[in-house]
Amino acid sequence: MLTRKLVLLAVLAAPGTSLAATTAHLDDAGTDIHNVASLQRGARNFAGYCLGCHSAQYVRWNRVAADLGIGEAELQKYLLPAGARPFDTMTSAMPRAQAAEWFGNAPPDLSLIARSRGVDYLYTFLRSYYADPARPTGVNNLVLPNTAMPHVLAHLQGVPAARVELVTHGGVTGQHIVGLAEGTPGELSAAAYDEFVRDTVNFLDYIGEPAKAKRESMGVWVVLFLLVFWLMTYLLKKEYWKDIR
Amino acid sequence: MANGAGTPAGEGGRMKALLGWVDDRFPLTQMWNEQWGKYYAPKNLNNWYYFGSLSMFVLVLQIVTGIFLTMNYKPSSAEAFGSVEYIMRDVEWGWLIRYLHSTGASAFFLVVYLHMFRAMLYGSYRRPRELLWIFGMVIYLVLMGEAFFGYLLPWGNMSYWGAQVIVSLFGTLPVIGSGLVEWIRGDFYISDITLNRFFALHVIALPLVLVFLVVAHLLALHEVGSNNPDGIEVKKNKGPDGHPLDSIPSHPYYSVKDLMGLAFFLILFCAVVFFAPGLGGLFLEPPNFEMANPMQTPEHIAPVWYFTPFYAMLRSVPAFLGTQVWGVIVMGAAIVVLFFLPWLDRAPVKSIRYRGPIYKIALAVFVVVFVTLGYCGMRPAVEPFKTMSVLGTIYYFAFFLLMPWYTRIDSYKPEPQRVTYHAH
Repeated sequence: MLTRKLVLLAVLAAPGTSLAATTAHLDDAGTDIHNVASLQRGARNFAGYCLGCHSAQYVRWNRVAADLGIGEAELQKYLLPAGARPFDTMTSAMPRAQAAEWFGNAPPDLSLIARSRGVDYLYTFLRSYYADPARPTGVNNLVLPNTAMPHVLAHLQGVPAARVELVTHGGVTGQHIVGLAEGTPGELSAAAYDEFVRDTVNFLDYIGEPAKAKRESMGVWVVLFLLVFWLMTYLLKKEYWKDIR
Repeated sequence: MANGAGTPAGEGGRMKALLGWVDDRFPLTQMWNEQWGKYYAPKNLNNWYYFGSLSMFVLVLQIVTGIFLTMNYKPSSAEAFGSVEYIMRDVEWGWLIRYLHSTGASAFFLVVYLHMFRAMLYGSYRRPRELLWIFGMVIYLVLMGEAFFGYLLPWGNMSYWGAQVIVSLFGTLPVIGSGLVEWIRGDFYISDITLNRFFALHVIALPLVLVFLVVAHLLALHEVGSNNPDGIEVKKNKGPDGHPLDSIPSHPYYSVKDLMGLAFFLILFCAVVFFAPGLGGLFLEPPNFEMANPMQTPEHIAPVWYFTPFYAMLRSVPAFLGTQVWGVIVMGAAIVVLFFLPWLDRAPVKSIRYRGPIYKIALAVFVVVFVTLGYCGMRPAVEPFKTMSVLGTIYYFAFFLLMPWYTRIDSYKPEPQRVTYHAH
């Protein structure tokens, strides 16, 4: 009874409230699922950095290998975790219940993350960490404030610092984080890190809908066929209807 | 066409004999002729008249793709979301079947809305077609139920919360409310049990009703005869053969014309299916790619676009006397008022062609208002959408409830005796 009222209230009376509203500006990810080399690098990044904690439980290794032109030997050598078989789906070695205990909530499955959040969100998120000693992970994020996810790529990117300025908003002046500033350096240059994230997000986009490339290439022929079919039906109709005055 | 030209005489003869054998035992030829082959329709039907046959096509498409989806879908809260992804990834052509079905749902409403608008343009709901209109309205109502039940099945987070909100609406009814909500859900919250019964309703109960209603709709149409863009009764001018002078047999004329319309529709439909099945979040909403989570609401709960005009009306009514039921009543009334359209319209003519400026302007504004309400329903209920929704709702009801008055004072042009048709 109470929950029902609450739901109705939330929906009808007090809209505009949200749990995960993103007000941060999102950068253009510039990903391209037709760039197979990028997807291959993304697969490598994904297996190396994401799969430790996250799963992609609807994605099969051999499907990825077939779509990205990765041979079985290479799949075994570079991508497959120990003990996994090619037709297995991408499961994480980390037990979900314990992960939830360690991080506050279990790392989400990434099969569809690009479809639910969009590539720009993911691309910006992975590039928006900054040092925040107040957090248990030592980092915070501009896109998803107080994220439970640690900066897994810190040794590649380094850890940027928050750029804090005095901002007056509604007559109240306070310290606000307005962007990122240089912090501790990482192994990659800024451009190389962007490229690394782009490849990874590109791979996430691909696993969100593995049939997308096939769908689009097929679509061209389907629509071309239908145009010809329509022309034929048009001529047929004209032929029959010429008797009607 | 059993005896097609080009077949050997012997074979054609045999086919004819077989047809005769069937006709002696079942009125096959008679039914075909009555319902389509020798069904005479006005020759001046224009582009607005494609949407009936297109609705029929989409219904069949939904049933066929639905059957194939059912072969791999699992109606359980633990497996539903995963089984849809299984269809999208592991089932041969599963992605195509699923996208045809999901795009088909939106296409169904699009063609039905255009079909209904055609009726409003040319007064197709007027006497003697009132019952035809009512059958159509019941089809529309059942279709809304069908879409609502179907939307829960992927078990995404928007599926879950959408169902939660809509089912909760029944809870606003006094006295029976909370019991009714429990009865609909079969549980104290949207659960596995709810999913199972929505599945049953979506795949068998409502489709069955829908097919029966479509048959009734077509029988009623072929009994009274089609209206036309001039809104005059072609049966008033009959030729020596007993058929209206301005009518032509549906087969082959409307067979080939509807085929052309279908081909054109398929170009647009397949462009969406193959290049933009989500249509920017309009046909497939991004939060629905996250599994149902009773602990976390999506950022903003909105129904799919075809419900949003009514959703905006629901939200436009504030709660008073301690209950939200008024919004629910307004939303229900917005549908109910459509049933009475044949009796609200008092114009001496049917077609927009011979109506005066008042109705023309009223209808044009109505279209703008309905689309605007649909847009407001997608947005969070903040300004300016709140005020727009209130004004839109007022106009929506004024359009219908003031119709008996303004259609009487409007000016009219004389109707022609025969339909206007330019050969092309």
